[in-house]
Amino acid sequence: MSQKTIRQALHEALVHEMRRDPRVIVIGEDVSGGAGTQGGRDAAGGVLGVTKGLIGEFGEGRVIDTPITESAIMGAAAGAAVTGLRPVAELMFSDFLGVCFDQIFNQAAKFRYMFGGKARTPLVIRTMVGAGRSAAAQHSQSPYGIFTSVPGLKVVIPSNAYDAKGLLIQAIRDDDPVIFCEHKLMYDLRCEVPDEAYTIPFGEANVVRDGDDVTIVALARMVHYAIDAADMLAKEGIDCEIIDPRTTSPLDEDTILESVERTGRLVVVDEATPRCGMATDIAALVADKAFGALKAPIRRVTAPHTPVPFAPSLEKLYIPDADRIAAAVRSVHGYAR
Amino acid sequence: MQLGHETLLQSYRTMCTIRRFEERVQEEFSKGGIPGFVHLYAGQEASAVGVCSHLGPKDYIASTHRGHGHCLAKGCDVHGMMAELFAKSSGLCGGKGGSMHIADLDQGMLGANGIVGGGPPLVVGAALTAKTLKTGTVAIAFLGDGASNQGTTFEALNMAVVLQLPAIFVFENNGYGEYTGAAYAVGSHDIAGRAGGFGMPAVKVDGDDFFAVHDAARDAIDRARNGGGPSAIEVDTCRFYGHHSGDAQLYRGKDEVRRLREDRDCLKHFRRRVTEAGLLEAADLDAIDTEVAGLIDDAVIAARAGEAPDPASLLTDVYVSYLGAAS
Repeated sequence: MSQKTIRQALHEALVHEMRRDPRVIVIGEDVSGGAGTQGGRDAAGGVLGVTKGLIGEFGEGRVIDTPITESAIMGAAAGAAVTGLRPVAELMFSDFLGVCFDQIFNQAAKFRYMFGGKARTPLVIRTMVGAGRSAAAQHSQSPYGIFTSVPGLKVVIPSNAYDAKGLLIQAIRDDDPVIFCEHKLMYDLRCEVPDEAYTIPFGEANVVRDGDDVTIVALARMVHYAIDAADMLAKEGIDCEIIDPRTTSPLDEDTILESVERTGRLVVVDEATPRCGMATDIAALVADKAFGALKAPIRRVTAPHTPVPFAPSLEKLYIPDADRIAAAVRSVHGYAR
Repeated sequence: MQLGHETLLQSYRTMCTIRRFEERVQEEFSKGGIPGFVHLYAGQEASAVGVCSHLGPKDYIASTHRGHGHCLAKGCDVHGMMAELFAKSSGLCGGKGGSMHIADLDQGMLGANGIVGGGPPLVVGAALTAKTLKTGTVAIAFLGDGASNQGTTFEALNMAVVLQLPAIFVFENNGYGEYTGAAYAVGSHDIAGRAGGFGMPAVKVDGDDFFAVHDAARDAIDRARNGGGPSAIEVDTCRFYGHHSGDAQLYRGKDEVRRLREDRDCLKHFRRRVTEAGLLEAADLDAIDTEVAGLIDDAVIAARAGEAPDPASLLTDVYVSYLGAAS
């Protein structure tokens, strides 16, 4: 056990599973990098270094650099998964789902159902989400709501290094296609992470903080802003419970509903856009199943319904922050009919 | 043409099974017994059978909208297929896939595909499995002239070359992508040449000639099994029905289909070749015709009598580990 970053935790998860099972392969653009160059292999290890060094231990046959060809990567990974490998494919930026969605949405996600239950598709797609680097509209989105809306896909969104390792190992051992979303600003975030392999089950939310006044459900980077907001609010005498679902498909509905039954107030925080997204989905869940417990309207704190802007000043306005979360909590806490 | 007696009989039997299956599906579809859409393979039998006769159950194929022929050639059960088209629980996919998604992984059949160009990337994956696990198997993508224009196909061709995978791309050029001519839609008018441009051996063969397809497929499959990487085959073929059953075919020339059936029927060509060469007796082939007709009759009777899927099956098979349906 030692302090590790999310990058290190993900790398360790891959190493554990590749040692454990020869059917696990890593495939994607620049997962080692340097193929066909004078500098040679392992020039990159993924754009953020998660897969750096894997090729040294596992070789070119299991750490497969591809051309820039997202449809072929996703399709090859899906086809390999349904025929006996356990691929971990990298979709460098989740925004690139636009060029390869068919292979995920119409193929991998639907094999099992279309084929009458015969198929198993143990596929993991690691992909980067999140704004905050001025990467603008095509490299900053958080489209996990789109993935979550597809029956047949599982969707994982870790918020810390401990969860990242346990959830990635679970994803690789899982027999269904899993979209594993990594926030691009969180790779250097540290916490205590065991050296050995362990799994975290899907569909079990993490109650990050107990509280009795207001339930905050937050994902990925927003979990940390929710903690900042809760610290501020504690000084004002408002006691927040914070729930990190960790997986949006399956979603741990029970933990969210039980919390709202107790607090009677819900704020959902998501840096994705609001329409048909996770904040809206969770708000609908609670309105449907815990309406009687609600003492105030549900508030959603999300990005606006816009593309992600480039200018740092605009991007700062785009991404929800602790102040906006705190304001939403105050509004539901002080709500009177 | 150095095929053994049994191989010749079996090849004819499979081609005949596809033809009778499709003719009967057209009939049953017209009567209303088959829901949805069906895209019939009649006319193209020499392609599926010429290729698949080289394959075992552990080799994989992926197919197209027009997938019944590939399924039957790869060994899928006639009864299970007919029942699937009739949307019965005894169908190959329990009535949840239907004509456009019919599959049988036990037979190495990765599915027809409702998406034009959906299959080639999957075949790259199946070939990657073969290479990684050193199984000695190959993976075949059947695709049409329509899919030859899709970006997924280009990506799959390139990736198969880059990774030197045991994959074969069989382009069945039947002259039409839906209601539009390949003469218009295939910019280069040369699908094999286009595939060759990706850096793989590519040939064009007469799809009316089972033996031409068979020989080209043998070369490509042998090369793939021996580590020689991917190949492409363009099969010049024709379809006897429309894009789908019920297609008015206003795009066809006057008498076009009648002439195709007279001049370009791969079953007739096969019969003439083998009987004139003294390899098979006409009576042997007639006996197969009768046997196949009985098999298809039985399959239709059983499919009609089959049960609709259990309502509970609506919610199953979404995930391996749980139902996944909204509670």
